[in-house]
Amino acid sequence: MAGIVIDGIRKSFGAVHALEEVNLAVADGEFVALLGPSGCGKTTLLRIVAGLETRSGGRVTIGTRDVSDLPPRERGLAMVFQNYAVFPHMTVFENIAFGLRMAKADRARIDAQVARAAGLMHIEHLLGRYPGQLSGGQRQRVAVARALAVEPAVLLMDEPLSNLDALLRMEMRAELKAVLREAGTTTIYVTHDQTEAMGLADRIAVMHGGRIEQIAPPMEVYRTPATTFVGGFVGAPPMNFVKTLAADGKVRLGGLELPCPIASGEILLGLRAEDLAPVGADSGFPFAVRVVEPLGAHILLTGETAGQTLRVVLPPEHEPRAGQTVHLAPIAGRWRWMAADSGKAIAT
Amino acid sequence: MTARRLVYYAGIAMICAWILVPIWLIAVGAIGGRQGVFLWPKSLWPREFSFAAVELFLRIEGVGKALWNSVLAAALTMVLSVALGAPAGYALARFAFRGQNAYRLLILLTRAFPIAILALPLTVSFIRWGLYDTVFGVALVHTALALPFAALVSSSLFAGIPRELEEAAWVFGCTRLQAFAKIVLPLALPGIAATAIFAFVISWNEVFAASVLTVRERTLTAYLLTVLSESPLHFRFAGGLVLILPSVVFIFAVRRYLFAMWGIANR
Amino acid sequence: MRANAVLPYVLIAPSVLFLAAFFLYPLAQTVALSLSDADGFTFAHYARMAGDLNFKDALVNTFLLVAVVVPLQLIAALGMAQMLTKLRKGRDLVLWVWTIPLGVSDLAAGLVWLALLTDRGYLNSALFALGLIDAPTGWLSYETPVTLFFAIVLAEIWRATAIVLVILVAGLGLVPKEYDEAAQIFGATPWQRFTKITLPLLKPSIQTALTLRTVLAFEVFAVVFALGGTSFPVLVGEAYIWQFQNQNYAVASAYAVLVMAISLGATVFYLRVLRTPPEARG
Repeated sequence: MAGIVIDGIRKSFGAVHALEEVNLAVADGEFVALLGPSGCGKTTLLRIVAGLETRSGGRVTIGTRDVSDLPPRERGLAMVFQNYAVFPHMTVFENIAFGLRMAKADRARIDAQVARAAGLMHIEHLLGRYPGQLSGGQRQRVAVARALAVEPAVLLMDEPLSNLDALLRMEMRAELKAVLREAGTTTIYVTHDQTEAMGLADRIAVMHGGRIEQIAPPMEVYRTPATTFVGGFVGAPPMNFVKTLAADGKVRLGGLELPCPIASGEILLGLRAEDLAPVGADSGFPFAVRVVEPLGAHILLTGETAGQTLRVVLPPEHEPRAGQTVHLAPIAGRWRWMAADSGKAIAT
Repeated sequence: MTARRLVYYAGIAMICAWILVPIWLIAVGAIGGRQGVFLWPKSLWPREFSFAAVELFLRIEGVGKALWNSVLAAALTMVLSVALGAPAGYALARFAFRGQNAYRLLILLTRAFPIAILALPLTVSFIRWGLYDTVFGVALVHTALALPFAALVSSSLFAGIPRELEEAAWVFGCTRLQAFAKIVLPLALPGIAATAIFAFVISWNEVFAASVLTVRERTLTAYLLTVLSESPLHFRFAGGLVLILPSVVFIFAVRRYLFAMWGIANR
Repeated sequence: MRANAVLPYVLIAPSVLFLAAFFLYPLAQTVALSLSDADGFTFAHYARMAGDLNFKDALVNTFLLVAVVVPLQLIAALGMAQMLTKLRKGRDLVLWVWTIPLGVSDLAAGLVWLALLTDRGYLNSALFALGLIDAPTGWLSYETPVTLFFAIVLAEIWRATAIVLVILVAGLGLVPKEYDEAAQIFGATPWQRFTKITLPLLKPSIQTALTLRTVLAFEVFAVVFALGGTSFPVLVGEAYIWQFQNQNYAVASAYAVLVMAISLGATVFYLRVLRTPPEARG
């Protein structure tokens, strides 16, 4: 078992900077998710850790070893690829045994490890099959089993669930979490799906434009996003940011008055969709409902306040109609202040 | 509607006949015996089934050797063009490197020139290098014909094997060479075999360069071309049949890859 | 990781060296050989080539063959490819039969058609049976240049349409069916769909097929020799004769340079005329 230290990793393609000075320390046994939109550099970063991509600067340390200049095979890690990369000309058994065979493990150990990994992923009955005879979900399980079989110090996963359908993805997510917790493997997990990151990770590193915007446990990222980008990317629907004007250290929005961290000027008020509750017409701020989407567990409203679009999630017993105006107020303490120019959170 | 379908199937059958009947008829000409050639008018069926003419043809002095030379030249061409072309194909498929476009241009340039004609000036150099009138010399020119094809086709074959598979092999303990040998090669092998067979056919069928570069060490095509005017008809037909048959078998063997090869080789 | 910078060059080096030795070098040598004699630079070999008795015939015959054979092959291959798209059962078998000539050399093709068209061949037998002729008749001598020409055209079409077909079928395989189906929904007739959708999308393949076929057609030689001996002069045949019978490598090279110049010209012509702008590619 070993931790990973990513120290000042840079990557540029000509004049384009894919990664600029990324620092990230993953503790031994920790599960960190790299979360971000496509093109944010998360996969590049993972591939640099794996040794599959060259870096322009910085170092990678696994355990106590600086692996920056080692080829992938000498880094002591395992990886699960986005398209599984299960070898089509080998049986499931041969696939899972591949890493062990390359490490010249003896037969007894190979048999035991393959059986254990296959058991963890519930694919014991498929060991004799070829990947061509498997479904996408089963291939995914083979890919994970192949990684687990070598008992790696470090496990890297590159969007491993993105090719599965929604139901299968949810099932695999829960299984992965249980298996990896059990194994205690240090894991970096790349995903663009915030639900996956939230559900699986001990900490989430949200990436944007080749930089890490925030590293924190899931609920902290959700509740107290470090930037408007993080607030907008994590959570569905995204966090609302209402542009307001502070005066005398206070912000007024309709009948609502909130103390704010700056004396005067523009400031963004960050409000999670579910942190707003209907109040009487004499308090709170007016919200003109435009679209009502009943989603079963809750109702999603899209509408306007002071000329800005807001999304609000209400319990299903509320049934406002489109065209109606309701008054809303945030639940006590559930708001964030962000600087209007930089989009960064302002401490209160 | 049924009438149209009938016309449609009749058309397909007619084109099949257009291709197969001439081959059938030269076969009849070849195995119909010496009398068959002078038979008038001819029948569509051989008078007597005898491979005497073909056998006789193969026994003629020089034919056996020419046949052997053809096989040898084709085999050498096959090995050389794959050995030289496949690595280049791998480089084109997996690396972005400076000069890549220049290399592609060189490959495509070979297509704008009738390469076999380049055997003409090579005569002089080949005499100097001791390659004139050798099977190896012929194979070298045939390789110049087949190599660009082998490079392009193998490049598309390698490009069709997901890079991820190779990367997975690296991560799980393989060197580049091991990953190539254990993962890429087994997956590309059928396609490479098809390319090799195609290179064989290219050499087997080539007439001009083989005729220009040999005097005594004739390949079958070169031999047939030089004795064409002074040999009897049934002899020529037997030669034609012997030339055609292996090709038909080879095309059958690579039929699955034919379209994949040309589809991508011509991008 | 540093090795990755060198590796591609190591991999292409053998083929580059090979092509330099057996393609670029003889290419330059042909030109040099045709332009020099013992005293240095000269155009004399070209003059001798142009003054040769057979030169004009060879030039005209070759061009005529290309001009007749290549368009017919393209049309035939397009038709065959269209027929194949509608075929469901037995497509593989039909494809195999149709591509057999791909493996047949020009010499063998010439011999095949010789068997059919010679004096006592199958064509004459058929004509005799129909009562159209009463004795073996010659079609392939220098006295019957027109029929000899058509015999060569037939043999060439029989042999080399397959390569055009393969390229076109492969090209069709890369064109998504949705385009054609969309056109169908918007009410295009089969002919409109063929001319407005299939043909334009197939242009890159057509370009390749035409270039390849034309370059090879200018090289035509063995078919002609097998069918008509030397009664029908063509450019490459003349080069062969100058090289072998006259032992004059310089004039042979002049012929080679001429054929190469024509091939290059044809390639450039097709590249220009059938250009698909990169932004219009699928």
